[in-house]
Amino acid sequence: MRKYSVFAVVREAMRGHKGWEAQWASPEPRKEYDAIIIGGGGHGLGAAYYLAKEHGITNVAVLEKGWIGGGNTGRNTTIIRSNYLYEESMHIYEHSLKLWENLSQDLNYNVMYSPRGVMMLSHNVHDQQSFKRHINANRLYGIDNEWLTPEQAKAYCPPLDISKTARYPINGAALQRRGGTARHDAVAWGYARAASDRGVHIIQNCEVTAIRRGPDGRVVGVETSKGFIGAKKIGVSAAGHTSVVMQTADVRVPLQSQPLQALVSEPLKPIFPCVVMSNSVHAYISQSDKGEFVIGAGTDQYNSYSQTGGMQIITHTLDAICELFPMFRRVKMMRQWGGIVDVTVDRSPIQGITPVPGLFINAGWGTGGFKATPGSAHLFAHLIAKGEPHKFAAGLTLDRFRTGRLIDEAAAAAVAH
Amino acid sequence: MLLIYCPYCEEERNELEFRNGGDAHIARPTNIADITDEEFEEYFFIRQNPKGLIYERWRHVHGCGKFFNAARDTVSDRFYLSYKAGEPKPDPATFLNNGNESALNKDKGASK
Repeated sequence: MRKYSVFAVVREAMRGHKGWEAQWASPEPRKEYDAIIIGGGGHGLGAAYYLAKEHGITNVAVLEKGWIGGGNTGRNTTIIRSNYLYEESMHIYEHSLKLWENLSQDLNYNVMYSPRGVMMLSHNVHDQQSFKRHINANRLYGIDNEWLTPEQAKAYCPPLDISKTARYPINGAALQRRGGTARHDAVAWGYARAASDRGVHIIQNCEVTAIRRGPDGRVVGVETSKGFIGAKKIGVSAAGHTSVVMQTADVRVPLQSQPLQALVSEPLKPIFPCVVMSNSVHAYISQSDKGEFVIGAGTDQYNSYSQTGGMQIITHTLDAICELFPMFRRVKMMRQWGGIVDVTVDRSPIQGITPVPGLFINAGWGTGGFKATPGSAHLFAHLIAKGEPHKFAAGLTLDRFRTGRLIDEAAAAAVAH
Repeated sequence: MLLIYCPYCEEERNELEFRNGGDAHIARPTNIADITDEEFEEYFFIRQNPKGLIYERWRHVHGCGKFFNAARDTVSDRFYLSYKAGEPKPDPATFLNNGNESALNKDKGASK
């Protein structure tokens, strides 16, 4: 792999950009691997990268049924934050945030991580009490999060309307300054390139149709659209399709797949300096470096694999945005899309062993998986390599739905889905 | 937005009038205090989450207020039929014909 640098840019500029090589190899699959990861999103590619980099396991394949960056990694609103309420969540999201801070250097790939601040608006007494509780919990854990008065919030984000006559008056805000955004598909590409460089096979257009188990119950490999591929360890990181894949190994999981939509506007000049979220009226918005407003809508109420969603879900969010920021009323929306998210009942992810020896699960990231990409991938690699969870992911087990140790982040999510 | 047929009102209304109630035909164990943790998990948390045919509950909250069940394809979001609560689960063979089948069901057979 040729390193990306300013010198490479100059060199290629001098010779007509003829020397850029493919970012990752596209090999034919081997008959057998030490480990297979099902799902070539950020989490799966990242896990393969950390398996190779930190655990020395390079005989690894990532199987992706579509193309790299075509799933939920390329279908989210790119928001990064770690201001969760419970310790289990704070462990993993803060671990992730710390990895985000150095990810571009680590991968030699500009993922455009931009710590521009994530501001969560408070509109009423309940919001205020809830956010202050989050802030206190975060600060006890060492995570930055601070309370802003309406005036301080406006100073940080000038487009805010803090007048008393606003439709949704603002009585303060919680701000995580290290929160922000990154370029989502660069994350997938960067991990793919770095993993491929360390010998990982990235196999696109290869759909896993079944997980095969031997007479002793252990996994032996997977049936795919490119034939059988053997592996002693299999990690499933298939987002909305996790239920479908796990069922082929006779593992039933507490997940529901629902469409979650996002949309972007036409590009405008820089006007919006940070990420703003409002739980009470369900709106979140940021401006990408290209100038587009990136807006997230909610999930539909029914299960679906359709990668689309109801128009009423979008208008609900846009109504709120137009009330919060009346100057955006005449902005045209350019693209809209849906991703299929796998949601657990406690709205916390599942990462851990399964009843099947050699089979590991990383799922249930629901509506907030992008921010967790590096942390989740790093811990998932640890799980696959060692066979047991890292202490940061110890609470995210699949059996918590039997033992009752749920992690009830449902009420603590940034916006209610 | 979905158009949903309410078998009580006997007409198609838009999704805003309805609330999805999750999987249909899940019976609450009559001996709920005696079942094991595994059985409770199975009853309370584990769901099929099928890619393809799903039987689900809907409630016509902004209409007659009644619960009913529906069979839908989760890939095309197409409804096959709605039927009243308490009626038995319809056999897929009775409605997966006459060009009613989705691409997925043609490829892989109705979801298990």
